[in-house]
Amino acid sequence: MSAPSTQPTDAAPVLSIDGLTVALPAWSDRPHAVENLSIQIRRNEVLCVVGESGSGKSVMAKSILGLLPAPHVRVTAGRIAFEGEDLLQVAPERLRAVRSGRISMIFQEPMVALNPLMKVGRQVDEVLQVHTDLSARARRERVLGLFDDVHLPEPARIHGSYPHQLSGGQRQRVMIAMALALEPALIIADEPTTALDVTTQAQILSLLKELQGKHGTAVLFITHDFGVVAEIADRVAVMRHGRLIEQGDSAPVLRAPREPYTRDLVAAVPSLIPRHPDPAAVDDHVLAVRALSKTYGGRSSFLGVRSRGVEAVRSVSLEVPRGRSVALVGESGSGKSTLARCIVGLEQPDSGAILLDGQDIAGLSRAALRPYRHLVQMVFQDPFASLNPRQRVGDIIALGPTLRGVPRDVAWDRARELLDMVGLQREAVGRFPHEFSGGQRQRIGIARALAMDPKLIIADEPVSALDVSVQKQVLDLLDELRLELGLSMLFITHDLRVAAHVCEEIAVMRRGEIVERGSTARIFAAPAHEYTRALLDSVPGKGWEH
Amino acid sequence: MAGGRFLRYIVWRLLQAVPVILGVTVLCFLMLQLAPGDLATVLAGEAGGASPGFIEELRARYGLDKPLLVQLALYIKNVAVLDLGFSFRHNATVASLLAERLFPTLLLMGSTLLLSVGLGVLSGLFAAIWVRTWRDHVISLVAIVAYATPLFWVGLMLILVFSIRLDWLPTSGMEDVVAFYEGWDRAVDIARHLVLPAITLSLFYLALYARLMRATMLEQRGLDYVTTARAKGLTERQITFRHVFRNALLPVVTMAGVQVGGLLGGSVVVESVFAWPGLGQLAFEALFSRDYNLLLGIFFMSACLVVLVNIVVDIVYVLLDPRIKVGT
Repeated sequence: MSAPSTQPTDAAPVLSIDGLTVALPAWSDRPHAVENLSIQIRRNEVLCVVGESGSGKSVMAKSILGLLPAPHVRVTAGRIAFEGEDLLQVAPERLRAVRSGRISMIFQEPMVALNPLMKVGRQVDEVLQVHTDLSARARRERVLGLFDDVHLPEPARIHGSYPHQLSGGQRQRVMIAMALALEPALIIADEPTTALDVTTQAQILSLLKELQGKHGTAVLFITHDFGVVAEIADRVAVMRHGRLIEQGDSAPVLRAPREPYTRDLVAAVPSLIPRHPDPAAVDDHVLAVRALSKTYGGRSSFLGVRSRGVEAVRSVSLEVPRGRSVALVGESGSGKSTLARCIVGLEQPDSGAILLDGQDIAGLSRAALRPYRHLVQMVFQDPFASLNPRQRVGDIIALGPTLRGVPRDVAWDRARELLDMVGLQREAVGRFPHEFSGGQRQRIGIARALAMDPKLIIADEPVSALDVSVQKQVLDLLDELRLELGLSMLFITHDLRVAAHVCEEIAVMRRGEIVERGSTARIFAAPAHEYTRALLDSVPGKGWEH
Repeated sequence: MAGGRFLRYIVWRLLQAVPVILGVTVLCFLMLQLAPGDLATVLAGEAGGASPGFIEELRARYGLDKPLLVQLALYIKNVAVLDLGFSFRHNATVASLLAERLFPTLLLMGSTLLLSVGLGVLSGLFAAIWVRTWRDHVISLVAIVAYATPLFWVGLMLILVFSIRLDWLPTSGMEDVVAFYEGWDRAVDIARHLVLPAITLSLFYLALYARLMRATMLEQRGLDYVTTARAKGLTERQITFRHVFRNALLPVVTMAGVQVGGLLGGSVVVESVFAWPGLGQLAFEALFSRDYNLLLGIFFMSACLVVLVNIVVDIVYVLLDPRIKVGT
């Protein structure tokens, strides 16, 4: 399928990377970010490069346009052939002409990829200003046209807006408009939907596909998400430790991967089929939230400038049955984290009740709350920020019990047991957090929560910062521990796959309200609310089951 | 940002300033009472001693015999109508004394600010552009030396070299009083007098800004929006001036706001070294002659200046950074 020049022009590669090797600086953990990598991408084709963090996929993408952080990271061997030139050999001026002119890039985080102090219209305009002789008026027309192409509402208003005034999806549309400005032959998209909400991700993916079809552009799409691959890829290349593991047409690779590593990766993607059977109804609730509301801000100022405030949680009611795991699913800004913070007692609700084992803890003072604190423990999203870097793992785990009066050596013995239970070595008590990987740190976080003998664990996106293969392990661990210790869990997530994997029940939250509640099996089979349906429709690769 | 909202914000900030300035005035008034001695004892001391009766008589004449709170209430009442009182020492109203010294101080402060921010930003910018070359090292080294040297010593050394040895610039004062320059000549004369004190006063902050600017520029250059700009095909020069520069300026503006607050305090030393006829020097004299009316007047004035400058800095910030919203 990669036969050379005799093929029709459509099959000739737009970009051909041969034997690319990128060296890392001497102090890195390995000598090469990318090693002897060869891939091709043809016109009108979406090639997905998949890999976990550290696989070298982003370095590969950046080296195409010479955007590596010189002088530490540099290409030491190989060719990058594009339109009859080797991009590694051309003069800097020529490379600048290729950038955006013939090859453009879309980045992961549109908030930081745009200059915060410059209006977005001007930022897109800059591409045209640098590469064309168009007049200011003609450029403005073109930018407005581009904004229309990427379906931005009110192009004229967006043109005069700053990045922070747009939503995440709108910012990424601006980035796509910028990438399309000069109708390049190739677009490199580096995890362009990772930072976006599920429904926004679905929109951006379909937009990319639509535009790619319209202009016949080749797209090199970097991602870690096999769901996304299933959604848009024509062909797929799997990378690991800087090497190419497997490549081929996406359908066969996704259905029947040849290499063991690819098989593991694919198997690690949680299935959309709910794992836990429809549970019997239970009346015994560990946690019952009744008509809880929380509004941020909203005070009237001296000059009568009244701000309305943000109603983060609006009259939410929710139960967590004993021994069950309930998923709280919602997109960013839906109020799910605020709800969790109220339950843990980090935030005072404005009204409503939080019944913990029948005892209302809403509105209790700090002192009055103290006897109940240990009953609810939290596992946080970011395993790097949630462990004190100056404390030994043993202290991190044992601190809570020690504060409640458990003798230090007893607490440390318990810490060793807990480490064993979460799949780490007992000796880890004496080490510091930085000596562990993200997945291991999340295990420490779980051990810390368990040390308090909680009745309820609130897990706030506990795996969204982890690689796919690690994600699965941590999810399985949480699930096992929960069943083994008879714990109840409130699992906050934006990912329906994750919810289907570990939770018996789902509550869908949107704009501070719970729009639908029910058993996972029922919700997946017959979603009642339109928003739930939209969420389910947005899951990337929903048609793909491995 | 709507013009009406902006105006309302400024009015709101000015209203907020009233209690701040009032608080400063009350606090200064009470703190001055803690110091031993008053105008009466100083006058008596200068006269070579006096009987307790005479001192009491002096106190009565200047209103110093009344209870403390009555004195404070009287003072606040007067300040409220901008009557800062009378300096018996100088035999003139405090307001007229301040007015006379305000211009030299503002001139010195203004040029210091301009010099330190301007040159500091420029040297930081170039150090960042030439990063890790010998030119960067020279700028950084000079900045560290300037940073570490005490102010008064710099002033004395500058006088020694440029005024006494080389005889290029005058040693002290604001103008040559016996030359009776007029118009343009007078401006040039004042400018020549201004050079050394302005350099002395600005050196520390100049170095600070240079280091801050260099560090922020380098930090910003590693951010994603710069990679985006590079992927657009911009030259390094365009990236630096269109994208990085303005972003890197924000911390410097914050720091400049802090500098202005401290400028008046720092100018006491420099105005004394260079005999610059400003508020700092006046404060110095007033302190030693227990001329509390004058001293309080100076405090009041500088509180007003600091508050005003802070408002200006905040407005500049709003203009520079669209993410900062007014009135919330």
